[in-house]
Amino acid sequence: MPFALLKYGLNGDFPFEKDADLPPPVSLKKRYDVVIIGGGGHGVATAYYLAKYHGITNVAVLEKGYLGGGNTARNTAVIRSNYLTSDGVKFYSESVKLFQNLSNEFDFNIMYSKRGQLTLAHTDAAIRGFRQRTEVNKHFGGKTELIGPKEIKELVPTLNMNPGHQPVLAGLWHMDGATARHDAVAWGYAKGATQRGVELHQLTEVTDVVVENGKVTAVKAKQGSVDHIIECGVVVQAVAGHSSLLAEKAGFRLPITTYPLQAMVTQPVKPFLDPLVSSPAFHCYVQQTGRGELVFGGGSDPYPLYNSRSTLELKEELLAHAVELFPFMANLKLMRQWTGLTDMTSDYSPIMGESPVQNYYLDAGWGTWGFKATPICGKTMAELVATGKTPSLIKPFGAERFNDFRQVNEMGATAASH
Amino acid sequence: MNNPAPVFRDRLPEPMGLMLERQKTVEFIFEGERITGIKGDTLGSALLANQQWVWSRSFKYHRPRGPLTLAGHDANSLVQLPNEPNALADRVPAIDGLDVTGQNVNGSVKKDKDAVLNHFGRFMPVGFYYRAFYKPKGVWDWWEKQIRVKAGLGIADLKFKPEYYDKAFLHHDLVVVGSGPAGMMAALKAADAGADVLLLEEHTLLGGSLAYSEFSDCNNPEQLRQELMAKVRQHANITVMTEAVCNAWFTDNWLPVLQGKRLYKVRAKQCIMVTGAYEQHVVFRGNDIPGVIFSSAVMRLMKLYAVKPGERAAVLTGNEDGYLTALMLNRQGIQLCAVIDMRQASELSHTEKNLVDQLHQKGVQVRFGQTVYEAKGSQRLEFIEVRAITSPGEVSASLETIPCDLLCMSAGYMPAYQLICQAGGQLSYDDQRAAFSLRNLPDNLYIAGSVNGIHRLSAVMKDGERAAIEALNALELSDEAVPDVFCDQKVNFHWPIFKHPKGKDFVDFDEDLQVKDIVNATRMGYRDIQLVKRFSTVGMGPSQGRHSALPTARLVAKATQRTVSETGVTTARPPLTPEKLAYMAGRGFDPYRLTSMHYRHLELGAKMIPAGLWMRPAFYPKEGQRLTGSAASPLLLQARNIRNACIENESLHVRTKVGLIDVSTLGGIELRGPDAAELMNRIYTFGFLKQPVGKTRYAVLTNEQGVVIDDGVACRFDEDHFYVTATTTGVDNVYRLMTFWNTQWQLDVDITNVSSAYAAVNLAGPDSRKVLEGLTDLDLSREGFPYLACREGFLNVPGCEHKIPARFLRVGFVGELGYELHVPSRYGEVLWDILMAAGQPFDIKPFGVETQRLLRLEKGHIIIGQDTDGMSHPSEVSLGWAVSKKKPYFNGCRAVDIVMKRPQTRKLVGFRLSAEYLVQNQKPEEGHIVLSDTGSDSSITGNVTSCEYSPTANAIIGMAYVGIEQSEEGGQFPIRVDGGSVVMASVVSLPFYDKEQTRQEA
Repeated sequence: MPFALLKYGLNGDFPFEKDADLPPPVSLKKRYDVVIIGGGGHGVATAYYLAKYHGITNVAVLEKGYLGGGNTARNTAVIRSNYLTSDGVKFYSESVKLFQNLSNEFDFNIMYSKRGQLTLAHTDAAIRGFRQRTEVNKHFGGKTELIGPKEIKELVPTLNMNPGHQPVLAGLWHMDGATARHDAVAWGYAKGATQRGVELHQLTEVTDVVVENGKVTAVKAKQGSVDHIIECGVVVQAVAGHSSLLAEKAGFRLPITTYPLQAMVTQPVKPFLDPLVSSPAFHCYVQQTGRGELVFGGGSDPYPLYNSRSTLELKEELLAHAVELFPFMANLKLMRQWTGLTDMTSDYSPIMGESPVQNYYLDAGWGTWGFKATPICGKTMAELVATGKTPSLIKPFGAERFNDFRQVNEMGATAASH
Repeated sequence: MNNPAPVFRDRLPEPMGLMLERQKTVEFIFEGERITGIKGDTLGSALLANQQWVWSRSFKYHRPRGPLTLAGHDANSLVQLPNEPNALADRVPAIDGLDVTGQNVNGSVKKDKDAVLNHFGRFMPVGFYYRAFYKPKGVWDWWEKQIRVKAGLGIADLKFKPEYYDKAFLHHDLVVVGSGPAGMMAALKAADAGADVLLLEEHTLLGGSLAYSEFSDCNNPEQLRQELMAKVRQHANITVMTEAVCNAWFTDNWLPVLQGKRLYKVRAKQCIMVTGAYEQHVVFRGNDIPGVIFSSAVMRLMKLYAVKPGERAAVLTGNEDGYLTALMLNRQGIQLCAVIDMRQASELSHTEKNLVDQLHQKGVQVRFGQTVYEAKGSQRLEFIEVRAITSPGEVSASLETIPCDLLCMSAGYMPAYQLICQAGGQLSYDDQRAAFSLRNLPDNLYIAGSVNGIHRLSAVMKDGERAAIEALNALELSDEAVPDVFCDQKVNFHWPIFKHPKGKDFVDFDEDLQVKDIVNATRMGYRDIQLVKRFSTVGMGPSQGRHSALPTARLVAKATQRTVSETGVTTARPPLTPEKLAYMAGRGFDPYRLTSMHYRHLELGAKMIPAGLWMRPAFYPKEGQRLTGSAASPLLLQARNIRNACIENESLHVRTKVGLIDVSTLGGIELRGPDAAELMNRIYTFGFLKQPVGKTRYAVLTNEQGVVIDDGVACRFDEDHFYVTATTTGVDNVYRLMTFWNTQWQLDVDITNVSSAYAAVNLAGPDSRKVLEGLTDLDLSREGFPYLACREGFLNVPGCEHKIPARFLRVGFVGELGYELHVPSRYGEVLWDILMAAGQPFDIKPFGVETQRLLRLEKGHIIIGQDTDGMSHPSEVSLGWAVSKKKPYFNGCRAVDIVMKRPQTRKLVGFRLSAEYLVQNQKPEEGHIVLSDTGSDSSITGNVTSCEYSPTANAIIGMAYVGIEQSEEGGQFPIRVDGGSVVMASVVSLPFYDKEQTRQEA
């Protein structure tokens, strides 16, 4: 038994006030230096790093629902850095490094679990792409290897090596691949930010953005039936799934199309699968959580929609593929199916940085890959807000790249791996 | 069986035991012990008939757990079957020979070594795992492994072979979900009016609560059930499905129904959800001890399975159902040691007072305003401690401890809301009735019966009819006025939660969560119900909050000073009940496409590989395959495998003689109409308006980011007729793009994807003209049918008068004299046969797609998707010549203009390496990276896209993206190969082979 638990067990009155992770709700102030719209992982991480590294604490995070209740709650918590482009690998590798230290930094266990991620190649074209990702990753110090069927069988003995008419030919074995308790990441950041004076306002929906002379000056927000106008120096928007809608309120358009993305989970069974396994050809990935549940994800829905309904069709297709890859799973039982909204860009990379509105910063276009970037995105966005200068790590991801077609294409490295 | 087995004597007499066929026994094994039951028993009822009350161990504390609902609604009944974890003991029929064990136990369910965790509960407060195991840094890796071993419930059979499951579709005017009294009344009413009705029942018996429950306004529910059932069964307009679970609601009444080994996908014009209500437990210390059970469960046990539930029973109630249960127990001869009503006597309705009188007449006294404060017992209930309720949730000092082995709880109901909330319905809490009800129902969906908050049988039946009238009106089968159905019966006790300082007062049995866990979650800052769920895991277990949602909402509301309505419950996600993946997977279709020559390839022993959805021959291995080429040095031979040998031999054969490859998988799009050329001109980068009839032209497609995404050959067969090929995997996208744009442009052109309508081959090699000469009347001479020309004509079939219509394209992909022949797919095999026969005198040999890749590489032709990536714009791949600068528009032109104007940063170049690198295993592979220099801080400037050993060149040749500064001919650039070593490649001009282009133009 770890020592940390003794103090709870031996004191009848746990929890003490100081043990609370999040402070009780407070009233909105008239003005903040920084307003962050969106209380998901990215929003609270940005607030946390603003307070921690830049001493900026007159910050309000406005969340229309509950803390981390959007895509932070809905994603399948894949952490990896085996991307294709140098820009992508450098950025995501920094994120993986930050993740590894978060539990101790927060004093709150995010249950970071380094399991390794295995992506399967069923065609020689896939092998080519995987080899390139392996080499790019290694170049930046990542632990990734292109492995053959024999090694795959050893890593995942339960995998059907001949699913359908597409045998498994090779695998991209990304040893840095990991997962974490996704909610805990948002909670840990919120805890650290609020302890430093940041205000988190849940059930507070931003209804409009006030722009004067090309510069943001305030946001309008609703709490229940009460309207507020909140003045601010700087706004950061971090509202995955609704980025274009909010940008429209600020008066500009984003090159984003929003698609639903579904995931599902079985009842818990005793652990048998350690690595995260993904097959882009079968539009299917699976991992076994710390609770023993199997989480499945796949491709996005085929049409854009702002509705987080689940569909039967996607479930049928995804689970048919899952059963091809792992035939014995036919007898396991599905417990839950859910949906998030993903803001897709044409190059499968995010949009971070300045916007057409002065002092209004964008953290958007996170598609299906936002969770893994939470720490580094928060850190670099905070630096941008504090210094007004775009950190070099996120320079390639500015919105202006769509004007002159300098994209950072990660399409192949994103499909069904998230 | 002649002599009734001893087990029979313990069972209650008929009419108890509706499910049983008393003449037949079944025998199965539970935890190594032989259990004898009666046919019709579930595993659970047979276990209880044999006094086996411990079925499982709880998730966290490993406490013994037994039956709770007997309806398959709780996690206590999860057991392990040989190949199925997490099976519901109270739903799985008892069958002979089944080997059943407990799960999540270290030892057996009776002696679980992990039960020691029960005593360490206080060291495991809610969310304890967020607060420990990570200090000092690094220890988590160790702890995680220890914790992971304890995770999960049952054990998956990793060797399980999937069984046959399939799918079917049904369409009905009205689907009624649930066959209780309201459901049957609704079905009958709608069917009488002419609606085509599907009635779904998840259990074996029709009738819902009529089959097991008692009613204050109906003396003989079984007789009523039989009457209704007979009408339903006989009605021509009603289809009945039993043991059929409507497991979700999807948009537009799209209902997945699980029955047997089949998933029915049901589309309902109208839907009535008669899903009933889940009985709710009372929260007190020890409320999980086996023997503490729902009233409804005890009724099911007696009525359906004739099992005597105990010797000394107590009833804890807050509504009339507790009294009905007590009377039923009394009638079956079970001693009632206490009937405890949490309400004051003054709160009872007239009906309830009558029931109390009936109990008095039988000598049973009722205690009012009291509750069970604690239940005790190790593996089965032994005592209850009774206290007076002083205010909501508060109790007096102990009044009495009563020995008993059964405690029936009846504290109220939660509507079975999941399907309705999936459809958009919302729960709101009525403080007066202390109950949730459903609001904001979507169109075409109605609810009736107890899910609608109506519990008195007569009202329930009227409510079924009321819902049917609403559905009929929507179906325009009636225009009857919708009656109001009123029922004032209050079923929920307002605060059945009695916190104990020592805990083990369970709110959520699945997750072992006690009152303090829920309250502490809010005190730690997790105030939103969704955060409470995520932090404490309440409602996340196998029963998905059926019994924890209501007490959690009440506790969180109280702790955060909000109303229960404001607090709400967490979202009800599909599916309703855990569903085997097999239902969704079905028969596991694995569609893939075969060309019409597929079986010829198999006969020739081809190695087949997938290409998109197609299967294609990679090459044709032969036994004893040896290198015959001039390049074969002994060292090289060692480094080459059968694949390489085949490819080299096949390629040399094409270069020197003649080869045949199946290219049927190429996409083909037919454009006909006056605007065909205009459409081509707007879609592809090149100019097509002036393309002469009878000529082909290379067609490149860019997307709106200016990236090259497809290419093909455009043949103009007539002024208003183009036939354009596309890549195997790209054609569907190209076709979609053309039709997408033409929806806006409205050009006068028909666009047809004819990819699979045509089979095609490429006949290539110096002797290809000779092979073809005897087979067609076309002028095949260099002048009559020059390079890049196309013709429509016929192929003669030797020995047959019939001619095959064919399209002839003189193409140069592999760099030799060659003809692509496209024929209707049905002639594909004939085409292959006549060419192979006609080619025999010239030693024709088939070649595969891998050989073709080498041949085209030697010619420096790119393959879209292999030599291009998501950022390749035309000038990077030296296709600037294929982009017309004269026309006003093509797809992607704005982006192409922008990217081609700025300084180029990288370029696809040809490179060459000595063949000796093969021997040293240092051949660059496709995907290896190109570096800026050989220094330790070099950056990545590009990557290898194609690389092969070329027997013709006797060198390793390839194409790679390199930095623009590295792209000069004659220069060298570093490639990092396997093992991390770096080789230097030389930039050479393309093509590698036949730079003068004389061979393909021959």
